Amino acid sequence: MNLNAFWEYANPKKFIQTTDRLLPWFAGLAAVTLVGGLIWGFFFTPEDYRQGSTVKIIYLHVPSALMAINAWLMMLVTSLIWIVRRHHVSALAARAAAPVGMVMTVIALVTGAIWGQPMWGTWWAWDPRLTSFLILFLFYLGYIALWEAIENDDTAADLTSILCLVGSVFALLSRYAVNFWNQGLHQGASLSLDKEENVADVFWYPLLVCMAGFVFLFIALVLMRTRTEIRARRMRALLARERMGA
Amino acid sequence: MMPDLGKYAEAVLSSYAVSILLIAVLIAVSVRRSNRIKNELQEVEKKVKSNG
Repeated sequence: MNLNAFWEYANPKKFIQTTDRLLPWFAGLAAVTLVGGLIWGFFFTPEDYRQGSTVKIIYLHVPSALMAINAWLMMLVTSLIWIVRRHHVSALAARAAAPVGMVMTVIALVTGAIWGQPMWGTWWAWDPRLTSFLILFLFYLGYIALWEAIENDDTAADLTSILCLVGSVFALLSRYAVNFWNQGLHQGASLSLDKEENVADVFWYPLLVCMAGFVFLFIALVLMRTRTEIRARRMRALLARERMGA
Repeated sequence: MMPDLGKYAEAVLSSYAVSILLIAVLIAVSVRRSNRIKNELQEVEKKVKSNG
């Protein structure tokens, strides 16, 4: 595969043309898998013998937590592309993904607290995974605020990229906190290649569909929001040129 | 059709309600901003073109 062909998508016009065709597909896939997965999980799965009906929260909690971390890792990749190759579309894609990742983090934190109350007897504990997720949420807030606070797009992209690199430590920590510190209330990973560590098949299949739904939703939203950021940037540039010409 | 959620009904239903609401707001805000910026850009481009 010719790698240079890939960089053509860094051209804003080419990006918008391509996503014109892709966006309806991803939006459709997101709607079908998310609605289908949640209906399957909520209505057609049994109770767990230990956790009762609270197990149904897994269909929201696990996919949102997964996307909270993966959104930041996607932002890390696009930020690195910005730092190395100075492609505006990649910096704008990172900017577009941040609010989506932040909402995913909030869903993971809220559903975790609601699930934790009946299971652990508390809404919150300063457990390694919970704490690292809270810090990840604060990083999302800081990242979004930094973009809003700086007027010059390139300077904002530079500084937010550095913040993204630093925050990546917490994104990875959120994923592996349970393994690093064998303490706290939170269980180990629900997803594992080890069949014995995974959740039972009856919960696992609808969970897979829900995870696919969250992934497609994330892709659809990031594509749409990146197009918006590209247009907003062009508008700022045109208005600036107008002002200079006046 | 509604499954019997027993004593945990409040926890399960509130999890779904909060999550679906947050996702719906995120989608609505993203679509609205997308449409607004697209229209504003068209206006600006028209203005720039007419100014030469």
